[in-house]
Amino acid sequence: MKLLNQSLVYLSICILIIVSIWSVVFYNNMLEEVYDSVDDGLDNYKYLIIKKSKTDSTVFEKSAFNESNYAIREISPQEASKVEDTYKDTLMYMQSEEDLEPVRELTTVFQNGSKYYELRVISSIVEEDDQIENMFWAILWLYFILIISIVIINNIVLQRLWKPFYKLLFQLKTFRIDKNSKMPDIKTSTKEFVELKNATNTLIKHTLEAYSNQKQFIENAAHELQTPLAIANNKLELLIEKNDLSQNNAEDIGEILQIVQRLTKLNKSLLLLSKIENKQFFDNIDLAINEVVQRCLEDLEEFAQFKAIEITVDEPDSIFVEIDPTLADILISNLLKNAVFHNKPEGKVTINISKNVLSICNTSPSDKLDEQKVFKRFYKNTGEQKHTGLGLAIVQAICNLYDFKLSYHFADQHCFEIQFAED
Amino acid sequence: MRLSEKDYLYFSKFFPKFQCIICAMKILIIEDEQDLRDAIEISLKREKYMVETAANFQTAYEKIAVYEYDCILLDIMLPDGSGMDLLKEIQKSDKVENVIIISAKDSLDDKLEGLELGADDYLTKPFHIAELNARIKAVLRRKKLDGKNTIEIANIVLDLGERQLFVDEELIPLNRKEFDILNYFLLNKNRLVTRTALAEHVWGDNIDQADNFDFIYYQIKNLRKKLQSAGAQMGLQAVYGVGYKMIEV
Repeated sequence: MKLLNQSLVYLSICILIIVSIWSVVFYNNMLEEVYDSVDDGLDNYKYLIIKKSKTDSTVFEKSAFNESNYAIREISPQEASKVEDTYKDTLMYMQSEEDLEPVRELTTVFQNGSKYYELRVISSIVEEDDQIENMFWAILWLYFILIISIVIINNIVLQRLWKPFYKLLFQLKTFRIDKNSKMPDIKTSTKEFVELKNATNTLIKHTLEAYSNQKQFIENAAHELQTPLAIANNKLELLIEKNDLSQNNAEDIGEILQIVQRLTKLNKSLLLLSKIENKQFFDNIDLAINEVVQRCLEDLEEFAQFKAIEITVDEPDSIFVEIDPTLADILISNLLKNAVFHNKPEGKVTINISKNVLSICNTSPSDKLDEQKVFKRFYKNTGEQKHTGLGLAIVQAICNLYDFKLSYHFADQHCFEIQFAED
Repeated sequence: MRLSEKDYLYFSKFFPKFQCIICAMKILIIEDEQDLRDAIEISLKREKYMVETAANFQTAYEKIAVYEYDCILLDIMLPDGSGMDLLKEIQKSDKVENVIIISAKDSLDDKLEGLELGADDYLTKPFHIAELNARIKAVLRRKKLDGKNTIEIANIVLDLGERQLFVDEELIPLNRKEFDILNYFLLNKNRLVTRTALAEHVWGDNIDQADNFDFIYYQIKNLRKKLQSAGAQMGLQAVYGVGYKMIEV
């Protein structure tokens, strides 16, 4: 839920409570004022009637309300002594409305000569249920208009205020640590956003530093290993060349030599990988992928013959890509060698070069590879010890460098596909 | 008087046991890592080269100024200076010297800079001894044998330009890999060539190599057959299951 809407929920609840309480208080105050005014009116009326009764005896004949607003009846002195001035709400049948309507009634007692009279004066008053209903609708309207205005104001004002935030968010979303992304930048004077920007920039700087340190470490480590590996390798080669070794010793040394050479290979691959990731190859030229494929295939021809592997190339289109030629060679030869070396004898390799897509399929007898892991470093399918497990990781690194899309899928054949970037 | 390799070969035709001392090629190894320097020295001495060494920039600088070498193996990263500066010095002097850079840095920029400054080749550590031998021989041949691009050993002639093999002047057809392998062996005559070195030479460097030793074995078998049936005086000998050696038969 957006922050905007969240604040709206709280606001609407609060406003509902405030408006409800306010309307109750307001209603009561208003009603009190109305009663007060009506009661004053009744009181005044009472005095007028009593005053009139002193001169006009017809007043005493009004024992029922009928057309006038008062009624008088004679009472005994005992009764009169019990009665005080009282106001009360009561109902009276109204001809016009054909219904019982609320009225305010004042009951009082007065003396005329030796006789006591009870006087009741009435006045029509507001219908409370009608009033409440009217009030309720008015409040409801007020409430909705308030909410709608808040939504509109929020959307216009707040969205404008939050604009730098969303801009920063977008930049952070698209930030890639392995690409040369620009530092997120926003123009704002809002203190919170400036702080947020500074905090993210500091974080990114630290991360970038750690990232490049790590890359640097791998490269340095691989570099430092080159010389000791060279020494071990060359000394063993010289040792084995001496003719004074027994067959057993020589074979043992041969095995050690092969381990050292595997180590060398691994180290070279790691070095290459970190060099690609450090973007140390960038002599891009416009290169025809079709030609690279042909050249790599020529190189593999004898080996394919040896394993009786049938290679078919289907090239309805030509692909031209801006790429470093060394990397293009490594990219394609790694994939092709993979397809040939891992294939079964008398297997098939199918290469298809269509518009922007190069796919290389092989009939290796191994099961479907794990798409998630196949391009990861040191991924090995069937415990094959002799491979470094870096070949496809190198392919992936090159594809990442140039934004090519690399994928693997399996349908009877193992297919690797590169989708080159659109021009 | 110094004899060239060509003259040496000419003499050795008539006197197989003839050991040319004065005509031996002189090689200077400039490398600060002692173990590596020693290993290279031992290997080059087996090739009957006259070998001198320098462990740092200063010694190397003095030796280059005073003596003349046929080939200089130059490490770029020296404790007291850059090999690139030495290279500039070598080019300034009028001596015709071949330089092979040996560097732990497999950097294209360094390679290009080195070659631009007049180095003849660039070899990345770690390397196989067989590879170093082959590079040295190739470099020496390129400069000494004016334009003649063949290797002639015993009754074998390998034409590097046309990529053809002649045994007793008879053309023996080879496929591309067989040719590369034979060439490599001829450059490493009487020396052990490990299968890994061979595989790397034949397939190049930048691979996650599936074990193609079977293939190497198969190519060697074919090559052997072809050499034998053509009556070549050179043959391939397996060495402890580690590699092969090309020897006279």
